[in-house]
Amino acid sequence: MTPLSPDSRPVLKSLFRLQWEEAQQAHVLLYPEGMVKLNDSAAEILKYCTGEYTVEAICVDLQQRFEVDDLRDDVMQFLEHAVERGWLQY
Amino acid sequence: MTAMHPPETGPCYWLLAELTYRCPLHCAFCYNPVDYSGVGAELDTAAWLSVLDQARAMGAVQLGLSGGEPLLRADLEEIVAHAHKLGFYINLLTSGVGLKPERLMALKEAGLDHIQLSFQDSTRELNDFLSNTRTFDLKRNVAQMIKQAGYPMVMNCVMHRYNLPHIEQIMDMAVDIGAEYLELANTQYYGWALKNRHQLLPTAEQLAEAEACVQRKREQLGDQCQILFVVPDYFEDRPKRCMNGWGNVFLVVAPDGAALPCHAARDIPNMHFPNVKEEPLREIWYDSPLFNAYRGTDWMQEPCRSCPEKDQDLGGCRCQALMLTGDARNADPVCSKSPHHHLISDAVLHARNDVTRTQEQPIVFRRNPDREVRRPRVVAAD
Repeated sequence: MTPLSPDSRPVLKSLFRLQWEEAQQAHVLLYPEGMVKLNDSAAEILKYCTGEYTVEAICVDLQQRFEVDDLRDDVMQFLEHAVERGWLQY
Repeated sequence: MTAMHPPETGPCYWLLAELTYRCPLHCAFCYNPVDYSGVGAELDTAAWLSVLDQARAMGAVQLGLSGGEPLLRADLEEIVAHAHKLGFYINLLTSGVGLKPERLMALKEAGLDHIQLSFQDSTRELNDFLSNTRTFDLKRNVAQMIKQAGYPMVMNCVMHRYNLPHIEQIMDMAVDIGAEYLELANTQYYGWALKNRHQLLPTAEQLAEAEACVQRKREQLGDQCQILFVVPDYFEDRPKRCMNGWGNVFLVVAPDGAALPCHAARDIPNMHFPNVKEEPLREIWYDSPLFNAYRGTDWMQEPCRSCPEKDQDLGGCRCQALMLTGDARNADPVCSKSPHHHLISDAVLHARNDVTRTQEQPIVFRRNPDREVRRPRVVAAD
């Protein structure tokens, strides 16, 4: 598998569902027999993982929305982690 | 009312709805109660919908629909639709017996998220032998239907002495039928499985071989199919963190409405089992004596009480402690610090030494009390 690049379009695998949980005041990732409670930044990034956005587009959009300079390393690091955990394909 | 639960008691995230104990299979390793003829009538549709409402309001989000065979409930679609509307992530745990394409599509439309299909083995002979039915080809067809309907699929196979030698073929079959997830669930010795422990318990060598085989296959497959294989607790020297803690995240509602911290808890004596027909789920979860009985670590006695690992494994499984030592507050005998550990180590040793035992003691297939068919005593072939 080629490594994740700025042109990759990550997609949440069909086995997973991202949703807001009122009781936990957090987004969670649901999958067969399991659940991961996400921190805010992880959830914000995963919301873009629909196959529509490239990694580069995700970074640009997040930087604009949160008015920060450069999120590329952080976003890349999280996405690589998510791929490793088996949540994403690209 | 003053809450009796420890202040740190969190919500129940996981609801397992055992819709019925009825089942077309007769598996020798079923964890359902051996005698469920005394269990009261099944909850009706309205009662199940209310359980879902209450559980969701408390923060439950994972929903397992199980049994017995949940497809035997004619209102399964209605239950799924309601759960979906509430925002549950819904898993159907099924043998596949009775699943037709029309029903599969109706369940999908209702919002079912995924299906866990159980197999007994990669061969027709052993699958059919272990379930005491002819269901192997039927299950393969159902697997195909599930994939065609676009569901993610978890294949589940309960492992033991008889099918561990086929573990490689079982993994190949999972890939072949397109399962995203394969759960190789080593038999846990409760209910019918405990009755048959003598027959089902593998040797340590068998397990080590199987584990190595799983590791090789994982490397081969990458993320095409995730394989879950947990070494059974009998072969460890520390107990499992059973149910992730008593009354910690998991709540079972049995077919008659009894609320339980785990499937096997019904066997604990002198315990009042609260029923969802009589008490609100929130009170049951937070305030019932049953759910508070073994919460946290305050209930422990030695050797658990002073053990530095008590917060990690929480003393292991209460039901196993009860079944094997007679007291649910004892350390799980799987733990090498337990004075009853010999009960486990002897059983494991026995499995290795006794090569002729298959001729000695017949395997007992689960019988359904509502269908009193006398089955011949079946002796397992070598």
